[in-house]
Amino acid sequence: METPELTGNRMKKYLEGGKRFDGRGVEEYREMIIETGVSANAEGSARVKLGKTEVLVGIKMGVGEPYPDSQDKGNLMVTAELLPLSSSRYENGPPKFPAIELGRVTDRIIRESKFIELNKLVIKEGEKVWTVFVDIYSINDDGNLLDAAGIGAIAALKTAKIPKYDEKEGKVLFGEWTTKNIPLSKETPISITLHKIGNRFVVDPTLEEEDIAETRLTIGRTKDNISSMQKGNPQPISIEDLHKAIDLSEKMYTEVFKRIEKVVK
Amino acid sequence: MNERKIVIPGETIVKGKEFLPGEGTEKRGDEIVALRYGLAEEYNNLAKVIPLSGVYQPRRGNIIIGKVEELTFNGWVIDIGTAERAFLPLTEVPRYVDKNGLHEVIDVGEMAVAKIWGINARGIDLSIKSRGLGKIDEGLLFKINPNKVPRVIGKEGSMIKLIKDETGCNITVGQNGWIWIKGEKIENELYAKRAIIFVTEKSFMSGLTEELKKWFTENKK
Repeated sequence: METPELTGNRMKKYLEGGKRFDGRGVEEYREMIIETGVSANAEGSARVKLGKTEVLVGIKMGVGEPYPDSQDKGNLMVTAELLPLSSSRYENGPPKFPAIELGRVTDRIIRESKFIELNKLVIKEGEKVWTVFVDIYSINDDGNLLDAAGIGAIAALKTAKIPKYDEKEGKVLFGEWTTKNIPLSKETPISITLHKIGNRFVVDPTLEEEDIAETRLTIGRTKDNISSMQKGNPQPISIEDLHKAIDLSEKMYTEVFKRIEKVVK
Repeated sequence: MNERKIVIPGETIVKGKEFLPGEGTEKRGDEIVALRYGLAEEYNNLAKVIPLSGVYQPRRGNIIIGKVEELTFNGWVIDIGTAERAFLPLTEVPRYVDKNGLHEVIDVGEMAVAKIWGINARGIDLSIKSRGLGKIDEGLLFKINPNKVPRVIGKEGSMIKLIKDETGCNITVGQNGWIWIKGEKIENELYAKRAIIFVTEKSFMSGLTEELKKWFTENKK
């Protein structure tokens, strides 16, 4: 069941003093644990925990035909699944709006920042290219799946190894890996999601906070560039707020980037 | 058997003709078999299971907290977390209500404390005709696992009394798992919430009231 309005009112009042229900400050993340290499069969994988929120990301690679409009580039596919075990709000069946959004927002952050150098994933131009599959699974949802998925995807991509490919047979030898990493750009994009509650922006909200937030803004950015944005929830966002959010996202970027770097050299 | 043990559905609790099946159990031949996941207990030849998971089972006389889903011409439909819908009829409200003014008493989306006064084939009937029942105006509301409500209340209300005394808050525990805390300061309400969450996390422990007293001295604000 969703968070009642009364609890929301209490939360907003408490937030006016700059304090959150779990004792954090407005610009403070929960404890972040990033593990890589959690799956033996995947090309790359990561488990991200943000407090009670937990997300599993796996990378698989395959060989396929390029799309007609990008003959000289590899393919990227990002899908997300919100498992029923992660929250009482999700059910089995075809993906619904939140799952599709989670996949597409993460896709856009990776694609538009040109993080993966897709033009280096070509085997034979116009015929054979590598396809990178990024699969996101929610293990537990206590808010801020968007950021957890974004961080997980980056960590998994950074540690992924390209599998061996038999050119004569035209087959990928799954289970055997080359020493090559997926070609990535130097700048790492990270998704920073900000929620506006009352008249304050908070980072890394819990499920309760997500429920009562009026506006949500996901910014996919590197240190100096913003490459993608996604706005959620029905309430509009003003221009001043947008500027504030962008400044805040820059601050948060350095903090989150440090933690990712610690795990992925 | 003095110690409680964890059983899963289908597991034999005790064997022997002298035993009787209690709540959450079934007799199969000579054996008493658990029907739910929980703690098995046997006392005076009666075996029962205290469930640890599952949805709330409504009982007559239970105080519950629910959210108003819908207004009809003669009452309110309230979601209390059960499979059946609960209905609060106009006649069970202790004052005169205009037929077009139902939303002035309790509107859609608002929360209310109510009592179950009947369960029948049509659903669950509620009442707010006693003291302490009715719409919730302000405070902190959150949900816990309904199976842990007995631990939060404690023996004859000992646990909840301890939390109330230590935090100075008014606390209403709905049998369906919703808890309403109202205190003078938000800090006190959060303090009470943390204490309740501590109880739910340690619900398998025996001597939990003592444990909670220790927690209060350690976590004093």
